[in-house]
Amino acid sequence: MSLLEVRNLQVCVEDREILHRLSLTVNKGEVHAVMGPNGSGKSTLSHVIAGKPGYEVTGGQILLNGEDLLEMEPDERAAKGVFLAFQYPVEIPGVATMNFLRTALNAQRKARGQSEYSTPDFLKKVREVSQSLNIPQDMLRRGVNVGFSGGEKKRNEILQMALFEPQLCILDEMDSGLDIDALRIAADGVNALRSPDRAMVVITHYQRLLNYIVPDYVHVMSKGRVVKSGGKELALELEESGYAQFEDAA
Amino acid sequence: MNVALAKTDTGRAVDRVFAPVRDRLPGAGKVADARRKAFEAFEQAGLPHRRLEEWKYTDLRALMREVLPLAGTPDAAALARARAALAVCAIEGAAKLVLVDGVFAANLSDATESGVSVRTLRDALEKGCADLLNASATDVMISLNAALVTDGVVVDVADGVALTRPIQIIHAATAAAASIVTRSRFRLGNGSRAALVESFVAADGAKAYQANDAVLVSVGDNAELSQLRLTADSLDAVNITSTIYAIGARAKLNLFNLTGGGAVSRFQGFLTFAGEGSELSVNGVNLLRGSQHGDTTLVVDHAVPHCTSRELFRAVVDDRAHSVFQGRIIVRPDAQKTDGKMMTRALLLSDEAEADNKPELEIFADDVTCGHGATAGALDDSLLFYLRARGLPEKEAQALLIQAFVGEAIEAITDENLRAVAMAQAERWLEARG
Repeated sequence: MSLLEVRNLQVCVEDREILHRLSLTVNKGEVHAVMGPNGSGKSTLSHVIAGKPGYEVTGGQILLNGEDLLEMEPDERAAKGVFLAFQYPVEIPGVATMNFLRTALNAQRKARGQSEYSTPDFLKKVREVSQSLNIPQDMLRRGVNVGFSGGEKKRNEILQMALFEPQLCILDEMDSGLDIDALRIAADGVNALRSPDRAMVVITHYQRLLNYIVPDYVHVMSKGRVVKSGGKELALELEESGYAQFEDAA
Repeated sequence: MNVALAKTDTGRAVDRVFAPVRDRLPGAGKVADARRKAFEAFEQAGLPHRRLEEWKYTDLRALMREVLPLAGTPDAAALARARAALAVCAIEGAAKLVLVDGVFAANLSDATESGVSVRTLRDALEKGCADLLNASATDVMISLNAALVTDGVVVDVADGVALTRPIQIIHAATAAAASIVTRSRFRLGNGSRAALVESFVAADGAKAYQANDAVLVSVGDNAELSQLRLTADSLDAVNITSTIYAIGARAKLNLFNLTGGGAVSRFQGFLTFAGEGSELSVNGVNLLRGSQHGDTTLVVDHAVPHCTSRELFRAVVDDRAHSVFQGRIIVRPDAQKTDGKMMTRALLLSDEAEADNKPELEIFADDVTCGHGATAGALDDSLLFYLRARGLPEKEAQALLIQAFVGEAIEAITDENLRAVAMAQAERWLEARG
């Protein structure tokens, strides 16, 4: 059984169809890149998989390990192992990062029928991961993402990804707003999480990110459809010739 | 409703409420005269209503309808029920001064530390201290309070004393369908420091009571007062509290009001700077659900130059509840270098929830800094989704955001002990929300 199976997905926003019978299959251990021009529906796909309100699914299915994700609330999806790394992580003043991480982790564990993390185990784990991502401890004492730079926000997303140990990671435009050093740190963090038990869907506009996170498969989206799929060489081809050829194909 | 009819309504209150108890209320001579005058003032105006600017959003004619007869003196059974209620609201380490149904309960109260003198209002009135019935602020509910008050505490903290324990005045209600009318005075001497907590709590059996409390506070020169008000009345009760402050020179007052219980609550604070170089920080939260109505009305009077006032209010309004915040800042002509700021934000958790914010700045001096801001809105959907995408169920995600929202105001409490108490109370409200 595939980890993620998107079948003929149709999605509308305010009566306008954004995704047209889109299909995508992702197996454990694989890294898929989804590329495409602005407005092709890449972010919509990531939002619908994570359960963001405001999208109407008018047809098709999304299955995670054979279970119907569309029937689940966003928090249930998270507990089942779906993790969306946000393109623009929000700032939450007044909610301390450590408190948030702990509350979220324990909520997921509770939903899975697992015991809560003990305080020393939790702190040890956060310390390990934050050090590897170059996240200073004082950042964890601040409000969630409050006053963080673009790079710090993305690192905080990867920190959460490492803590929550999801089965399916969706990285929505992880490279946006990052300089080359910040991008490298973030990509190293993601690569460290690659595992035979985990799959990743890397959504990006530019090929650049894929130099750091090398995908197994590349899909090109245009106008709400996957118009071409191939290996990692497809990304390089796109870099040369651009998206225009696919706009016509769609 | 026409005014003539309304007068007839309040006229009935004279026969039903004041006349039967007039003779058993403490104080004779000048005190009795002051009561009579106060009652006449109330009788003439009647319960305040929406056509009075100060009471625009809290129409007591509609919300209270009438003034209920005074509660009787609590018997042994009532005192036992009150004692049980204390367990819930008593703050660890505080010296309790307990009023049950408007009567001081010596057996439930603690001794205060040296430098503090406590006597009952009843005793003071019986000794002819008519000035205790005066108040610098004029409001019809304060007049009603002066007319009907049965008891309270008169607390004096000597000069140069730093209290180590908070003083907690606890109003425990056990009565049903009755008025509970209390008045207290708290005087903090020059150069002294104290923490004062006032708690309103409903004991078992308390039902549909009407609490009317007045507190006269004076903060001496160079003195520092931290004050926390916690109202946890029963959900069918009315609580109107008027607190009148005179703040000396180079003094600090840090006041926090938390309205949680009650069907109808109004906390009206009249704060006057009487000496230069003082700082005032008045903050609070209204936590309302069901059909609760909670009103915080503040009048900050910069009567002298070089004073600073900060007001930060938050309201969390669920179901069909109604929150009101009115803040008036007056800067008198001589009060140059005044620095006054007021910020109020309301969080509406349902479509039927209502919040009214009314800032009023009356500035008569030209070299001042004054500002205000007010917002009202729902929880931010993008924040909620972020939390839910991280595994928090809807209610938990909401609770975390509400706690953060309320926490910003609670952070303004300088006394660590009192801050923890206020936070715990807010958390209890959130837990009860489920």
